[in-house]
Amino acid sequence: MTESALLEARGLTKHFPVRSGVVHAVDDVDLEVRAAGITAVVGESGSGKSTLARLLARLIEPTSGELLLDGQAGKAAPARARRKYARAVQLVLQDPFSSLNPVHDVRYHLARPLKVHKLAGGSLDEAIDGLLARVSLTPSANFSAKYPHELSGGQRQRVAIARALAVAPRLLLADEPVSMLDVSIRLGVLNLLADLREKDGLAIVYVTHDIASARYLADVVAVMYAGRIIESGPAATITSQPAHPYTELLLSAAPDPGRSNRVPVRGRTPPPNPVTPPPGCRFHPRCPHAMAVCASDVPAMTQISPGHHSACWLHASTAGKEA
Amino acid sequence: MIRAGEPLLEVSGLCVDYGSGDDAVHAVIGADLALRRGEVFGLAGESGSGKSTLAYAIARLLRMPGAITGGEVVFRHEGGAVNLVNAGPAQLRELRWNQLAVVLQSAMHALNPVLTIEVQLTDVLKAHRPDLDRAARRACAGELLKMVGIAPDRLASFPHELSGGMRQRVMIAMALALQPQLLIMDEPTTALDVVTQREILNELMDLRTEFGFAVLFITHDLSLLIEIADTIAVMYAGRIVESAPAGDLYLAPRHPYSYGLLHSFPGLRGPVRRMTGIAGSPPDLRKPPTGCVFHPRCGYASERCVREEPSLATPAAEPAGTAHRVVACWLHEPGAATPAELAGLAPALESTS
Repeated sequence: MTESALLEARGLTKHFPVRSGVVHAVDDVDLEVRAAGITAVVGESGSGKSTLARLLARLIEPTSGELLLDGQAGKAAPARARRKYARAVQLVLQDPFSSLNPVHDVRYHLARPLKVHKLAGGSLDEAIDGLLARVSLTPSANFSAKYPHELSGGQRQRVAIARALAVAPRLLLADEPVSMLDVSIRLGVLNLLADLREKDGLAIVYVTHDIASARYLADVVAVMYAGRIIESGPAATITSQPAHPYTELLLSAAPDPGRSNRVPVRGRTPPPNPVTPPPGCRFHPRCPHAMAVCASDVPAMTQISPGHHSACWLHASTAGKEA
Repeated sequence: MIRAGEPLLEVSGLCVDYGSGDDAVHAVIGADLALRRGEVFGLAGESGSGKSTLAYAIARLLRMPGAITGGEVVFRHEGGAVNLVNAGPAQLRELRWNQLAVVLQSAMHALNPVLTIEVQLTDVLKAHRPDLDRAARRACAGELLKMVGIAPDRLASFPHELSGGMRQRVMIAMALALQPQLLIMDEPTTALDVVTQREILNELMDLRTEFGFAVLFITHDLSLLIEIADTIAVMYAGRIVESAPAGDLYLAPRHPYSYGLLHSFPGLRGPVRRMTGIAGSPPDLRKPPTGCVFHPRCGYASERCVREEPSLATPAAEPAGTAHRVVACWLHEPGAATPAELAGLAPALESTS
């Protein structure tokens, strides 16, 4: 679409075969990440947001659809192409308690990517000190010889981020990077991500269930439901003028101490089973505005305002009338 | 006849240790709190702050090596007042579930996977209501499910056939089976999605209005607590550092930790401003800091904070008649220079001044 897209997903789909059929984890997702931009992917558990992160990291191959880095589709992966992709796109996982190896110290974790990608150049120690400084683990001498169990959750997550930064990627995929951390230290890690974008022009895909933190960190928010992106647009617009009924529901359910009156939450239906997603719009069984068309046809992404899109028949019909 | 607003539970000076001797970890130190009938009392804190330990101690559910080393827990029910710390097994058996029920953190796993919901719901009735026969128990279990919004035909289901939200609802129904006066809920909705969490909280608040039980609600999510609780106590490293009505705590926090915690949650409204959170990380309870436990992370710490530990007291600037707020911080001593952001006016006071 645009020249400036760093990473673009087109019709990305991932189905996992299971005994009872196929899990529709991610279906027909279009996503565009710009250089030095922060895109948040917001969704509940089971919405496919982590599968999407893994697809974007090329840890798993899509069932269909393509992934364009700098406008180019990667060749189906010989090791060299895979390594080249990893130089540009890195993934940070949710749980820093299990993503670091307990038998190795911090220095080992940071030296590995430098060695594998032959980036150490002059001095390995200097490079490691630089990485620790970038994630504010200073003085670095205090940390490089530590083992994961000697670090707090926040410090561990910073080491995981430093490890991802070792190859100087242009895009960082952060899958729920703060949800396992204590409340009081989450903001520190979010601010670190914001600084990395600001200072180093790092693009970030921030995957989260917390729409308030997405609003805090990201420029663009994409909301996922049952494997599909149902709304995307500027973070401020999505949270103040949501267009899709599901985004509305998500916002009304989020804790908000400033709210004075109690929020009615409609419907008591859980999200659909991903093996047998409902036909048409996947949200229609829970939607207060559902119409006949919603149960039969999948709504296409419709532009609400420039940059703001929603996949909902409510908007498709108004757009049709205006056109 | 006991009415709403009367004291129900008074905890004073409660101390809990894990282990003994010099190696003992002091998980809860001198906790004081008071719950009135029908009140939702929120206990907020990070992991390791001792909030779950405190709740287990109140219900006398602590397991070895956890032990209550001091203080009392006075529970006032129709039959009189009982100090739960000294209560014997027979007395506890009489009170638990009848008067005081617990919904545990991992309610997702608290149900027995090989028994149907009916068996698990009628089990408690069998033990505590010998007057009911099998058909009556079954009818009662169906009523309980209906009460939390689940169709009674689900009685025949096994836990794995229910969604996470429904399992949590079953746990709540089970806890309310004997209409207790006090419901202790330890992170009851943490593992659930936001929409399900909101539905369950709405139902819980409706049930509370209907039955008038009090809730001790424990969570790390302070912003959620502000919406649902009447009173909130904030715990840090085993101590209650501030306790105040929810609205006052939200609009005018007094303790630097409460202030920092409130500024750790990005909001959904207003301009997006850079927030700072709290520097550092929670202390290791095996080697707690000297003086005020929060001083290594506190922006206002003075030399006194390093040496002496403050105790809970009404802030000096608090006008008479608002003694319902207590805070453990030297900044609120009489004569201390309280920083402006920690001396904000509570809404009730703003309207009168």
